Amino acid sequence: MIKVLKLNKWFGKNQVLKDIDFEVEENEVVVIIGSSGSGKSTLLRCLNFLEKAQKGSIIIGGEKVTSKSKNLHLIRQEVGMVFQHFNLFPHKTILANVMEGLTQVKKMPFAEAEDIAMELLKKVNMIEKANTYPSMISGGQKQRVAIARALAMSPQIMLFDEPTSALDPELVGEVLKVMKDLAIEGMTMVIVTHEMGFAKEVADRVVYMDCGRIVEEGKPEDIFQNPKEERTREFISQIL
Amino acid sequence: MGTWDFEIVIQYFFSFLHAAKMTVCITVIGIAIGIILGLLLALMRISKYKFLSIPAKAYIWIIRGTPLLLQLLMIYFGLVNIIRLGNLPSAFLALGLHNSAYIAEIFRGAIQGVDRGQREAGLSLGMTPGKVMNRIILPQALKRAIPPLSNQLIIALKDSSLASAVAIPELLLYARQMGASNFRTMEMLTVAAVYYLLLTSILTFCSNALEKKLNVSDYKVLE
Ligand SMILES: Nc1ncnc2c1ncn2[C@@H]1O[C@H](COP(=O)(O)OP(=O)(O)OP(=O)(O)O)[C@@H](O)[C@H]1O
Ligand SMILES: [Mg+2]
Repeated sequence: MIKVLKLNKWFGKNQVLKDIDFEVEENEVVVIIGSSGSGKSTLLRCLNFLEKAQKGSIIIGGEKVTSKSKNLHLIRQEVGMVFQHFNLFPHKTILANVMEGLTQVKKMPFAEAEDIAMELLKKVNMIEKANTYPSMISGGQKQRVAIARALAMSPQIMLFDEPTSALDPELVGEVLKVMKDLAIEGMTMVIVTHEMGFAKEVADRVVYMDCGRIVEEGKPEDIFQNPKEERTREFISQIL
Repeated sequence: MGTWDFEIVIQYFFSFLHAAKMTVCITVIGIAIGIILGLLLALMRISKYKFLSIPAKAYIWIIRGTPLLLQLLMIYFGLVNIIRLGNLPSAFLALGLHNSAYIAEIFRGAIQGVDRGQREAGLSLGMTPGKVMNRIILPQALKRAIPPLSNQLIIALKDSSLASAVAIPELLLYARQMGASNFRTMEMLTVAAVYYLLLTSILTFCSNALEKKLNVSDYKVLE
């Protein structure tokens, strides 16, 4: 589905990604863990070209994409993204947020887009708030709407960058529940998270990153119970 | 000149109406040109293309670094050799060009003040950068720009008095002409002052109402 080969990314002189080789299969749920500054967000953002890697290649659906490709906006439709701070459009209602991609990018007629958006809002249990504005709902609700907004584009893969880190503890569960349901439906997902319980339960594979490199990856039970690398062991013992 | 006579202020008050209209007219046209050109300049200024951003920067630097009165005189006398502009078009143009530089900076600030995540969210939906600007960034930026824009409008209203330098019978020139003929200069200037105060008060009131209606404070982005 997505394949990354020898990806290298610098911010000025600071090398943030070092020779990253990374692959995601269809229907796979990959969780990326690692300490702050290890490059998790940057890797995710490279996957939908919000950041541009200087070296290496990214292959999406068999097609090699570089940041110089002309049709980045077409490729981004296939890659949904959910942000830590939700990034809902504050000047649009919840419903309009979910419809925006459908009417503006997919050029879908309004009524059809509205049906799909309402369906998705139902799925994330936000139908009652369809006509309110983002400023009037809680963080957990915002994140569920953001997930619906990304799903509206029917992407082939969904990227989540710490989707619950900005939430009050009591609101984390409702967002994880939606993500878990997606995983069960077979959505391909790459998730950066500190929710280790969720990772153990939902991930097919866990990737541990440190200092811009993928140190180790494997089944969650292997990574959490007997990691091969010393650095992974240290990190796991700190967070569990 | 004699003593300051309030009766005379009242007596002449309504005869200033057409001059007030002229003041409003210069201001409105100047600001309209300023907003259109200012938005264009702001977009050029933040463009990643140097051939757009550098001319915009240079223009803003020149306009903001020289007095409006000088700009007006240069347009009025200077353009005569190229195209003959009457005094009224000269005033519209000078006020428009002058305001466009300030308004460009207002728009630029407002655009850059919109959270970076908004752009990223739009792009990640597959919107083109232009569409993100039109549908996501600008609507939020325009709301943020309302308070500084109405401030600029008030400045422009007062600046329109400089048009008196090219013999346009707006409030200030009219007051001075009337004063010269009836020897009641202070009273005539007072009438003009009252008109300016009235107009700026109306503007302030309207912009406050508009701000309230659009709930500008709602658009502070959570971080
Ligand atoms: N826009 C940027 N400009 C310059 N440096 C950046 C930028 N974004 C990230 N970095 C740097 O790149 C490195 C990796 O950052 P990144 O955000 O990918 O880490 P992360 O693993 O997501 O960390 P966290 O858990 O804190 O979110 C850090 O050293 C960070 O300072
Ligand atoms: Mg991060």
